Amino acid sequence: MIEARGLCKRFGDIEAVRAVTFTAADARITGLLGPNGAGKSTTLRLLYTVLRADAGDACIDGVSVSQAPLQAARRLGVLTHGAGIYPNLTARENILYFAALQGLRAAEARARAAQLVQLLEMEEFADRRAKGFSQGQRVKTALARSLVHRPQNLILDEPTNGLDVMAVRSLRELLRQLRAQGHCVLFSSHVMAEIAALCDEVVVIGSGQVLSCGTPEEIRARTGTAGLEEAFVALIAQGQG
Amino acid sequence: MRAILIVFLKEFRENLRERRTLYTALILGPLLGPALFAGMLALQLHKGVASADKPLPVAVAHGERAPNLIAYLSEAGAAVTATDLSGEDARRAVQAHRYERVLVVPPDFAASLGSGTPAPLELYADASDAAAAADTERLRAHLAQYSSRLARLRVVARGIDPLVLNTLAVQDIDVSTPVTRSVLLLGTLSYLMLLTMLMGGVYLAIDATAGERERGSLEPLLTLPVPRQQLIFGKILAACAYMLLSLILTVTAFAILLRFTGLERLGMSINLGPAVAVRLVLYCLPLIPLGAALMTIVAAYTRTYREAQSYLGLVLLVPTLPLVFAGVLGLRPSLAMMAIPSLSQHFLITSLLRDEPLPVSYVALACGATLACGAVLVAIAGRLYRREALLG
Repeated sequence: MIEARGLCKRFGDIEAVRAVTFTAADARITGLLGPNGAGKSTTLRLLYTVLRADAGDACIDGVSVSQAPLQAARRLGVLTHGAGIYPNLTARENILYFAALQGLRAAEARARAAQLVQLLEMEEFADRRAKGFSQGQRVKTALARSLVHRPQNLILDEPTNGLDVMAVRSLRELLRQLRAQGHCVLFSSHVMAEIAALCDEVVVIGSGQVLSCGTPEEIRARTGTAGLEEAFVALIAQGQG
Repeated sequence: MRAILIVFLKEFRENLRERRTLYTALILGPLLGPALFAGMLALQLHKGVASADKPLPVAVAHGERAPNLIAYLSEAGAAVTATDLSGEDARRAVQAHRYERVLVVPPDFAASLGSGTPAPLELYADASDAAAAADTERLRAHLAQYSSRLARLRVVARGIDPLVLNTLAVQDIDVSTPVTRSVLLLGTLSYLMLLTMLMGGVYLAIDATAGERERGSLEPLLTLPVPRQQLIFGKILAACAYMLLSLILTVTAFAILLRFTGLERLGMSINLGPAVAVRLVLYCLPLIPLGAALMTIVAAYTRTYREAQSYLGLVLLVPTLPLVFAGVLGLRPSLAMMAIPSLSQHFLITSLLRDEPLPVSYVALACGATLACGAVLVAIAGRLYRREALLG
């Protein structure tokens, strides 16, 4: 479970995140929806301990990211924006590097990597150097890397960027599986269809603030619009007004 | 501690697969540098040795006015060519490099000689032409010898012992040994050694910081439950490993190549056997963490790979600057100077190659001070990695 409580972050004069509060529960897929520059990535970075909040706090399974960032990080799997991997290592070596840094023993890490290669259908390219991988292959490698230590919580920053239809479908399938196993999945997107297809809960963010949150139906009902897209447009207009 | 080792092993292995790192750290610096150095040295020695036996070219105008002098010069090894230039023409000929030097015998030469007054001679030469200056100097020496021989004959003709002309009897006693004579060469050698050692870590330092950020793999790394200092310490350690490899290869290459340059022909020798080579590596060792941390800090502040590359080009000069000052100012080792990193390594290297050991306290201070500076820089690099701005 991921809980954000009044998170604030400012870069110089710009207030990137203003008192963001929401909860992403276990066995649910929560979507962070907002236009470009709304503060989605900054919010996620505060959650996965790369940035420190100016005010407020967040808890990962009850562990505070400001008090105990390393313990909190241990409960997280993170797919960062762009899915940067090491071009001179093979996909498998990329996974094993993170497994080692997560504290897995060598034999355990190898078994887990083999399992993930199978789960994500990476057999074809698992032992090739990552230089020249397609975006889909890179995202799969990065995803396997972030799941290697069986984290309870998974955070993904715009995971479907640059993926083709087939890759998007298999990613959705994987996220649903994780939900079924009781994991907490939180991902950001600016693509409406993405959120509508996958999410149990939606958090709409605009100008660094939470504009609305709840199930897609609740949000639609609250804004009195027919579809989620209209609701989103109405909320963003309100937020700016 | 375990994380440091994991990061170190991964960076080391990954860079073994990176052609750019391998070329600079293990091939270009350690082999090309010494090869170029030894080649240039051999060429220079060959030229120096050869020019001493070479005939001395001199153009003489109106040699018929001084047949004895010309015969003396020819006998002394001068290659005399006759010209009919005089005054302004001779000046222009030398300026245009048609002749390296022209000796003009004026019409009143024989008359002056006969009357016992100083006989005029005009020697046109270009003092700014370094290549010709050495030969001109040889010609002057021959002329001085001829002059002194004539003087003796005149004194003898007047019934006086020619020894009265010798007022001083200066004995030149050269105390330089074959080893100390090659000091300038040794200075260049220690400079090249330290420079190639630093170059060995350049690409790794860039790759581990600016490169990792540019590829987008830094952020995922920072999400791991590992203290950030351990990540950067592992990277610095990997840079150190490449610098050490680079240093060992460079010293080995120097030790092998210098055997073939023929230094002893100029009365020089370099004390660079296997035992000295091992001690050279040990003396340079303390400078490695300092260099690696310095390069990592600078690269961590830059935004892109290219930016890091251009800044590190400058950084490479910083640790080698003291050597340049030492060369220009002709500094000699003192206890206080052994506290300056890189300058102290330079002194250690040259003293070892000259076979003039420095006191143990000097060696201890050099190693201690350099290691302490390195530790401070490593700590700064660790703090730098805790900054948020690192993500760029």
